[in-house]
Amino acid sequence: MLKDITLGQYFPGNSVVHRLDPRTKLILLVVYIVALFLAVNWVSYAVMAAFLIIAIKVSTIPPKSIVRGMKPLVMILIFTAVLNLFFTAGEGEPLVDFWIFTVYADGLKRAVLMVIRILLLISGTFLLTYTTSPISLTDGLESLMNPLKAIKVPVHELSMMMCIALRFIPTLIEETDKIMAAQKARGADFESGNLMDKARALVPILVPLFISAFRRADELATAMECRCYQGGEGRTKMKLLRYNLWDFEAFGIGAVLLGLIIVLRTFGL
Amino acid sequence: MGEIINVEHLAYTYPGVDDTPGVAVFKDLNLRVDAGSFVAVLGGNGCGKSTLAKHFNSILLPCGGKVWVSGMDTSDENKLIAIRRSVGMVFQNPDNQIVANVVEEDVAFGPENLGISSAEIRRRVDHALKQVGMSKYAKHAPHLLSGGQKQRIAIAGIIAMEPKCIVLDEPTAMLDPRGRREVMETVTKLNREKGITIVLITHHMDEAAQAQRVVVMHRGEIAADGKPEEVFSQVELLHRLGLAAPESVELCYELNREGFDLPLDRLNEKECAKALFEAIQK
Amino acid sequence: MEPILQVQNLNYIYSAGTPFEHQALQDVSFSVSRGEFIGIIGHTGSGKSTLMQQLNGLLKPTSGTILLDGKDIWSDKKLTRQARFRVGLVFQYPEYQLFEETVYKDIAFGPKNMGLSYEEIDRRVRDAAATVGLTEQQLQVSPFDLSGGQKRRVAIAGVIAMEPEVLILDEPTAGLDPRGREEILKNIEDYRRTHNATVMMVSHSMDDVARLTDRLLVLNGSRLVMDGSPAEVFARSEELIEMGLNIPQVTRVFLELKAMGLDVEPVYTIDQAVAVLKTLRGGAAKC
Repeated sequence: MLKDITLGQYFPGNSVVHRLDPRTKLILLVVYIVALFLAVNWVSYAVMAAFLIIAIKVSTIPPKSIVRGMKPLVMILIFTAVLNLFFTAGEGEPLVDFWIFTVYADGLKRAVLMVIRILLLISGTFLLTYTTSPISLTDGLESLMNPLKAIKVPVHELSMMMCIALRFIPTLIEETDKIMAAQKARGADFESGNLMDKARALVPILVPLFISAFRRADELATAMECRCYQGGEGRTKMKLLRYNLWDFEAFGIGAVLLGLIIVLRTFGL
Repeated sequence: MGEIINVEHLAYTYPGVDDTPGVAVFKDLNLRVDAGSFVAVLGGNGCGKSTLAKHFNSILLPCGGKVWVSGMDTSDENKLIAIRRSVGMVFQNPDNQIVANVVEEDVAFGPENLGISSAEIRRRVDHALKQVGMSKYAKHAPHLLSGGQKQRIAIAGIIAMEPKCIVLDEPTAMLDPRGRREVMETVTKLNREKGITIVLITHHMDEAAQAQRVVVMHRGEIAADGKPEEVFSQVELLHRLGLAAPESVELCYELNREGFDLPLDRLNEKECAKALFEAIQK
Repeated sequence: MEPILQVQNLNYIYSAGTPFEHQALQDVSFSVSRGEFIGIIGHTGSGKSTLMQQLNGLLKPTSGTILLDGKDIWSDKKLTRQARFRVGLVFQYPEYQLFEETVYKDIAFGPKNMGLSYEEIDRRVRDAAATVGLTEQQLQVSPFDLSGGQKRRVAIAGVIAMEPEVLILDEPTAGLDPRGREEILKNIEDYRRTHNATVMMVSHSMDDVARLTDRLLVLNGSRLVMDGSPAEVFARSEELIEMGLNIPQVTRVFLELKAMGLDVEPVYTIDQAVAVLKTLRGGAAKC
């Protein structure tokens, strides 16, 4: 069922990773991604993987759920691997030379590293969304983007929009399920026919869904007004973001990681 | 006791689309709600009860006449926030009034808009959740709760703003019997223990029967107003308006047509059974 | 009478094999005859909605069979598709599924999917519209311009137009005022009578099911716990209350009378109550 799709799902917990300030986690994720792109060879990748595995271990997130989240990406991974495998022109003798396919040792290495890079990139991002509630994530983003207010970026509005979108995604998914069931009960067929037929079959789902989304938006706006919402001006927060000792430790670890990868890079490892 | 809401000669017409004329809902409506009371506003679809509710906290403004809330004129723009702080609103669909995807964050939304300190918001949120019996669910995601629970979260979100009055616009229409009971128990408790004025808009007779006063609306006018026993004993009037009395009253009414002489003010089954018992023994 | 629907040892498990696994129906068996009006009661989460979706083949049972006219609806693809049309399903708040430009087109959606001829579709749309009391004029307007109660009737007409032999409705009167409720219930009863159709109605309103149905199914904790006439089911009022269900207020009045020492059988409609009390007083007067 549609409801079961994992979408930035949050696993409540009380580990150090959970307790880190969302801003710390966001900055660390950026550092981690930069380091990942600076990594050039096996040793660097091994360091990155070790860092991630330790972080997952500390977070107490079941590794299974990270693996499960990867499933929809299998096609992309295969595609990347194939692309790198066949289209990397290497030096020396090709490993395989069959019909139009030529695979060089370099190509094989690149394909494997590329797949590892994507896997590390995505599991890193999952670790952030799994350990940070969407609300504190938006709070963190809002706070980090605050300087942009000076150049008239509507930071509060953007984060409010994101928060509401996150709130309504499960509701609208459930609604889609219901509308689909109702139209199926009237004999609607979403499976057979060519592409045109399938596109046309979506109309009975999309029209009610849009109408409902607009109605919800309208009612929500009234409800928010009733609760004295007037934009970000003069608004306070129940939960204040505060850096703790462990945040600074985390920054330290991040800096060491980045430094290490840069050093390894200069040695080509 | 003073009044918290005072509607004086209210006139309101929904603006027409394009060139079509608007729809007049009220022509000259008068209503006073005493502070600390529990009033049910009863009526069929399209009688104007929801439109009236929207006048109580400046979502709609009168076309004629005045609406006063705690002595403030609802059409005074400078008083808007003060009015909304004093009269909170709960709507029919609980899904469409919950803003955040963590229960306590949602309850905090209102107080956050008021610009009070973090510690005070925390205190109010915890207190409000306790009032509606949802403390256990503070960290839950609202979309996984039952309808009755979601509606109690919506009520907590209003309580956290510490209003004097809560207006509930058909809060139980989308709930199952269990959810309806939960909401009604919460509302009566808030009225009894905290002295919060409750205006409950509904078309369920049994809910209206739990109020101290019932106002029946029909086509933008007040058709009956009084204690539940007084209003529900006017069975013929209710039928004419497309409404019904509680079954216990309907039963006594039908029996009276068969030659019984029963009182029509027995809203609960115990009272009704007592009256029937006496009538049979006679 | 030969049964139109037979449900045998039905089990259904949601999200089997995941941490969210949940058994929604456990060993449910019953059969339904043509022309019956059946009420289904039980609180949210008792398995009512799941059961409804099993009966017209929207959900496939984890185990057990559903026979329509004696044939297993899952034995053949054609039969499964037929079940969709022969067992019509009206979901809760059906007005939220309207999508066409005109009321006419929306009601015609189901019949069109059945692959009927133009004339037959036209006849059915007009018949269905008449059954729910929509006027000729209203057929040509956008469904979104109608009032809430009218929208609901358009949506019900959309299912009725498929002329199902079994019509299942999930709380068709939810959120409507007493007058709107009466109208919809009358429409449903009319359809049942004119088409000799079976109606199964999920409802939280005990007063309505007590008045209209001739048989009640009570679901609790994913099991079918009671199956009998309203008189039989409401005779077990204490159990119903224990399950967190409501019982009609007249029934509660009679329970009180019984507790006061009056020798009365439980009743569940006002008419019955009046009849019983009249004879009681008559009897007393003679003494």
